[in-house]
Amino acid sequence: MIEIRNVSHRINGTPILHDVTCDIPRSGITALIGPNGAGKSTLLNLVARLLPLEQGAIVVDGEDVSRTPSRDLALRLAIVAQQVGIASRLRVQDLVGFGRWPHHRGRPGPQDAAAVAEAISDFGLEDLRHRFLDELSGGQQQRAFVAMGFAQGTDWLLLDEPLNNLDMFHARALMARVHAQTRPSLDRPRSVVMVVHEINYAAGWADHIVALKDGQVSASGSPKDILTPATLSALFGMEIRVEQVEGRPLIMHHL
Amino acid sequence: MPDRRLVLLACLLVLACALFLVWGLKGRVGFILELRSIKLAALLCVGAAVGISTVVFQTVTGNRILTPAIMGFDALFLLMQTGLVFLLGGFGYLSLAGPAKFLLETVVMMAAAMALFSLLLGRGKHDMHRMILVGVIFGVFFRSLTGFLQRVIDPSEYSVVQGAMFASFGSVDPAQLFFAGAVTLAALAVLARLAGTLDVVALGRSTAIGLGLAYDRLVIALLAVTAALVSVSTALVGPITFLGLLVAALAHALMRSHRHAVLLPASAMIAATVLVAGQWLFERVLHLQSTLAVIIEFFGGTFFLFLVLKGRIR
Repeated sequence: MIEIRNVSHRINGTPILHDVTCDIPRSGITALIGPNGAGKSTLLNLVARLLPLEQGAIVVDGEDVSRTPSRDLALRLAIVAQQVGIASRLRVQDLVGFGRWPHHRGRPGPQDAAAVAEAISDFGLEDLRHRFLDELSGGQQQRAFVAMGFAQGTDWLLLDEPLNNLDMFHARALMARVHAQTRPSLDRPRSVVMVVHEINYAAGWADHIVALKDGQVSASGSPKDILTPATLSALFGMEIRVEQVEGRPLIMHHL
Repeated sequence: MPDRRLVLLACLLVLACALFLVWGLKGRVGFILELRSIKLAALLCVGAAVGISTVVFQTVTGNRILTPAIMGFDALFLLMQTGLVFLLGGFGYLSLAGPAKFLLETVVMMAAAMALFSLLLGRGKHDMHRMILVGVIFGVFFRSLTGFLQRVIDPSEYSVVQGAMFASFGSVDPAQLFFAGAVTLAALAVLARLAGTLDVVALGRSTAIGLGLAYDRLVIALLAVTAALVSVSTALVGPITFLGLLVAALAHALMRSHRHAVLLPASAMIAATVLVAGQWLFERVLHLQSTLAVIIEFFGGTFFLFLVLKGRIR
């Protein structure tokens, strides 16, 4: 479980998060939703120690994020941040291989190679493994980065807007692959926390939803409880219709 | 594959060194060889320092067009030279003891570099762009100040400053060389151990932290090593702005690898080969003294424009 307690955060004096307290369960996919500027990415970055914690506490499976050494956390929690260009000339296989760095620190062994091969096949990257990253489309790059996060072999994987710039084919395929890795029936199911903007992906795939508004948690619970016209209308400040299709909420936010 | 290319580079470097040492050797062989080996050692030391510092700097900043020179290093060096001439006069400047002046230059340049880099630790932390901008602005500031001082001083003393304005491999003080060599070797030893870590640093801050690196501390340490290398080489021979850019781009193009275990030695050997072979060609074959730096700057600058215009570098 990730326990977030009374976390407040300011960036250049502007308050971004205000006294956020919530629990993220150690199972399935948790989606962070909310309008732009609600503090979703900031919260994710604080959990992943990419930003220093100013106030409050974040505990991941019993380890305090601000006190645990970075290299120990890297064995519990992986982050795939929003991508900026990488200067190195990397092949897909090399990139996924970097996911094993916390385990081997420069000297990969046979179990590292096995984990990389597994992540590459789980994310359908076999045909691309020898291609250079800068020769791939945005969707393929994103897939390679997520595969690298999975290769890290951590219980927790944090994804910051993984569906950004993906068309519907690649977005659905990525969600399906991530979803498959988080099923409780697996030997070692992963837990994924992701920032999602297209709310129907949260409705379709997430097991748990945390809604943020103006730097505060406005609602959290199962998709059925959160994705209601009343909650969503209050969250996004607009009239939103919700239909039920095949037992799942379908949010008609575009009409 | 990359290893064969490294072997080839090593062979080229050895060949260049051999040519430099024995070409046109006659008369008092022992004496000439001693002079030439001091010069050769200086060229190798500067080559390794410039090549490696540029590759590390580019990895840390995640930008293939930046070199430490853009941080105002060469401008600071020139300001120091001009300032000394201004304060002491041309004669006083020339009579300054070599090793003491060298030590002073190195210490001041490292202090300036660390002051600049400490902006990373302060409120502008993680803000590489701000640091680079500050560097560029200081570079312009140093240059204008230098220009002002040069207008104020006596024309005959200006010619003394002019001598320091371009890199010169002509006269190298053995005491300075010993010190520079020691610093360079120490820096290389540190970086050799960090080669694998540098590969991770190249992935960018978020990914590197996610993989468990103490990124912020590591970057400061890497920049300190870079500052030491650049200071030593600039104080030894003078500013060479574009050699690093040229060499780092060649090393990346030739090795086509992300691994610093091959990039670092490749850049060091390419830089050393360019310097040794160039010095041999201009000094021994064409009998043109002290033009090597100008030629390197010309080709480096042209190459820099080519890279910018082709949009090859992000």
